Amino acid sequence: MNTNKNLALNVTQNPSKLFSLLAKNWALFFLLILILIFSFTGKRFFQLANFQNIIHLSTTSLLLAAAETFVIITGGIDLSVGFMMGLSSVLSATIMQKMHAVNFLPALSISIGSIIALIVCIIAGLISGIMITKYRVPSFIATLGMGGIASGIALIMSEGFPVTFLPPYLTDIGNGYLIYIFPGKAISFFNKPEGITGKELKELIRIIPNSFIFIVIVLFILWHILKNTKFGQHTYAIGGSMVAAVRAGINTNRHLIIIYVLSSFLAGLAGVFNVFQTGIGNYTQFSSMYELLAIASVVIGGASLFGGKGRIIGSVIGVILISVIENGLQLSGVDPFYRFIAVGLILIAAIIIDQSFPDLF
Amino acid sequence: MDNITIKKNGLHELFLQLGNKWIFFFLLLEVIIFSIISPGFFSLNGIQTILNNSPSILLLGLAETFVIITGGIDLSVGFVMGFSSVVSAKLIVTFVGLGMNDALSIIIGIVITICIGIIPGFLNGILIGRYKVPALIATFSMLGITHGISELLIEGSAAKNLPALAGKIGNGSLINMVPGKTVSFFISPTIQRGEHLIEILPNMFVIAFIFVIFFAFILKSTKFGQHTYAIGGNIDAAIRAGIDVKNHIIKIYMLSSLFATIAGIIYMLRFVTGKADSGVMFLLDSIVAVVIGGASFYGGFGSVWKTVIGCFIILVLENGLRMLGFPTFYKLVLVGVILIFAVLVDQFSPELLHKED
Amino acid sequence: MEYLLEVKNLTKRFGGLVAVNKVSMEIKEGEVVGLLGDNGAGKSTLIKMISGVHRPDEGQIFFKGKEVKIDSTRKALSIGIETLYQDLSLAENLNVYSNIFLGREKLKKILKFINVLDHDYMHKESKKVLDRLEIEIPSLRNRIRVLSGGQRQAVAISRSIYWDAKLLIMDEPTAALGVAEQKKVLELVLKLKSQGIGIIIISHQLYDVFSVADRLVIMRRGEKVGERNIKETNPDEVVSLIVGAEKVKQ
Ligand SMILES: Nc1ncnc2c1ncn2[C@@H]1O[C@H](COP(=O)(O)OP(=O)(O)OP(=O)(O)O)[C@@H](O)[C@H]1O
Ligand SMILES: [Mg+2]
Repeated sequence: MNTNKNLALNVTQNPSKLFSLLAKNWALFFLLILILIFSFTGKRFFQLANFQNIIHLSTTSLLLAAAETFVIITGGIDLSVGFMMGLSSVLSATIMQKMHAVNFLPALSISIGSIIALIVCIIAGLISGIMITKYRVPSFIATLGMGGIASGIALIMSEGFPVTFLPPYLTDIGNGYLIYIFPGKAISFFNKPEGITGKELKELIRIIPNSFIFIVIVLFILWHILKNTKFGQHTYAIGGSMVAAVRAGINTNRHLIIIYVLSSFLAGLAGVFNVFQTGIGNYTQFSSMYELLAIASVVIGGASLFGGKGRIIGSVIGVILISVIENGLQLSGVDPFYRFIAVGLILIAAIIIDQSFPDLF
Repeated sequence: MDNITIKKNGLHELFLQLGNKWIFFFLLLEVIIFSIISPGFFSLNGIQTILNNSPSILLLGLAETFVIITGGIDLSVGFVMGFSSVVSAKLIVTFVGLGMNDALSIIIGIVITICIGIIPGFLNGILIGRYKVPALIATFSMLGITHGISELLIEGSAAKNLPALAGKIGNGSLINMVPGKTVSFFISPTIQRGEHLIEILPNMFVIAFIFVIFFAFILKSTKFGQHTYAIGGNIDAAIRAGIDVKNHIIKIYMLSSLFATIAGIIYMLRFVTGKADSGVMFLLDSIVAVVIGGASFYGGFGSVWKTVIGCFIILVLENGLRMLGFPTFYKLVLVGVILIFAVLVDQFSPELLHKED
Repeated sequence: MEYLLEVKNLTKRFGGLVAVNKVSMEIKEGEVVGLLGDNGAGKSTLIKMISGVHRPDEGQIFFKGKEVKIDSTRKALSIGIETLYQDLSLAENLNVYSNIFLGREKLKKILKFINVLDHDYMHKESKKVLDRLEIEIPSLRNRIRVLSGGQRQAVAISRSIYWDAKLLIMDEPTAALGVAEQKKVLELVLKLKSQGIGIIIISHQLYDVFSVADRLVIMRRGEKVGERNIKETNPDEVVSLIVGAEKVKQ
């Protein structure tokens, strides 16, 4: 219990500054090293287009990891995020599909579908939160059950198929870019310059995906909440010591309920975004293990499953690290299944580094 | 916390009365309901189907029971199961290819698979027991590693071309009868058209159940079992009482992998193939079964027999819904609901549940 | 006379913090030594080195004149050092007799070769020891978590004396008890002393210590700051040692 604090006295006095800097930011350094290596081994790895691609494909993972960051800092865990994302994706897509089929305006169908899906996710988070706080169900089980229910409903609604025939414009928004440059001829924002066809598309330079703008805004808000607000402070306090938080007069039940609502909401957002990105509603397969990958990213980012520790930026690095490994291995022509092994090994390394330097994080 | 006084009214009273017996009544109720609304359910065939499907969840449930009692969790069981189905299939095919006879190939393949299959558990145990890595993380890493290796082994598709004998063992029953004609044991006879084969007790169920009985005994009546509970109850107390906790935890995770490995071998024999993701669906089910059986994630509680009831609650539900023509998706929703219900009952009746052991 | 236990220059560091700094002490058979000091003085850490929970960074431990390396709790138990910990160290999910026998379960053979727990034996023996101490617990099959604080303490004490201790270490044995139970524990200490057991008792209740101890060892900030025979000192002097010499001069 006291170990960490007392070790803190010791370690910070002794080793060289460089070393502790390295240990503290090992995930970041490791990421940079990987990028360096893949730049040599991977075809077309070190290119703007590929980096934009990595970010673009990480958007949903980033949202899930951000959700998990809040929960894990409080010392809990949310095993429902992956399935909540699937539910939100299927639900929003189904509503869009139905409304579109009877000729509602695309904008209206899309907004209503998204909003209802998000509300349903919020309600699910509320239920989890109440079970966890009021009825003292361990978060592991409450969210496991909620995940099972969400996945079942998503499957029943979609009958196990992707939801298609959605309104237009979805992917234009989800896969669009802020700036398009057609070298020497045209530049445009949000939409491709007009009159570009077939072959010319290849020359079109796309800069800053919409998904990037979206995720940066969301993450910035979450970072701000965690870092600079009373809410964030209390989140850490609850994870550090529940008893102390209660005694300090924090309404821990209410706070935790909000945390699980937030987590579900972010998962729902990931689901809606997924519809924008793929143009269809996707249920979450059992083997996809989104929630576990999200937890892994958060832990690689320096959070502790015992609570009280974790940063949004760390989790972002964790997600990007995993994405870069997947992308880099793929472009280097390595069998994709090595990535499972790689993630496992990095995770173990993360924990062992974390435990060897308990004071640094 | 010690002397919780519970208002004994309405719902609470009901929960208290149900106590830790509710799962038994629940299972009974399930069976009765399905027998009424689904004609073929309560028949030799219906029961046979349930027993046929039971080995995976029973064995993984057994694995999680031990692990969860120590206060841990093993996420890797599903993929260790897949891993061993792949490894055993590969080995047997290789041995047959080397000209060994089918039976010998199968036996040697299985023995080697068991030796390999407990390695993930050993590594989990070292990480968790010695290096204090949280079980969730260590076993998730192992999940990724075993998944990756099995996919690499089978190069993306299922491992095939196993000798037919494997399937005969895997799908045979202890007693196979063609009424008035033949009786055979373990392996089904080939039947003529028009003949009706009666099978009693599928081999694979029997094997899984032998494990269940044996390890139920270990957990309940031996020192090893007692120490398993003690570690989950208060790890410091266990250390101070002189129990070698680190080694015990290593053994627990090795056992967990052993059960998953047996489940994988059973899968290989039944479906005559090895598949990396053959255990994916059972991870959740097995954890749920253990929790329905009254185990606590904080450790210290749980029993093999209650887990078995939990397993059958899920199996009966699954089979009943299927016979009524519902897609399996409905099972997920109901299992989620039962899981939460189970924990709520546990919350409401701590005195009754935990007074004596 | 040979000492039962003798420790020399024991030191324990936790990272940068020196929890116990070169402490030496000894205890004879049938002697009760009170170990005193403020919160965080290092008392628990010192006794945990003797009972094998922590390994000393420096120093030696002699038991019955021979140097011993106590590198695990098992080792300490095997040479007859029993400890009653401040936090009791009971497995709350197990019942009373299982806790008394924790780690040293009595086994019996069935079918001549399978070892199983001998519940009846453990139950019977536990009952005996509880009766001897005149401790009342409704059922020995009750799990610890339904017992009161005092009953838990009683179980923990029973466990430590059941096993033929040569040296018994008690970390705040009376802290959670009501007045009557406190008295009982102190009587028990005297009874065990008369059987020749050496006892180290840690307590913040000076009255308790003065009523049973032969000798006092006082620690402050990890160091031993004094040692007194009970007959040659008084509570005031002990308090001043506990809080520090500066205050005495004032
Ligand atoms: N496992 C540990 N890791 C790190 N520091 C520890 C550990 N155990 C004790 N300490 C520290 O060592 C110092 C001495 O603690 P110890 O428990 O020995 O005190 P004590 O004299 O028993 O106090 P009390 O009367 O409050 O029980 C304290 O500062 C404590 O924080
Ligand atoms: Mg102390």
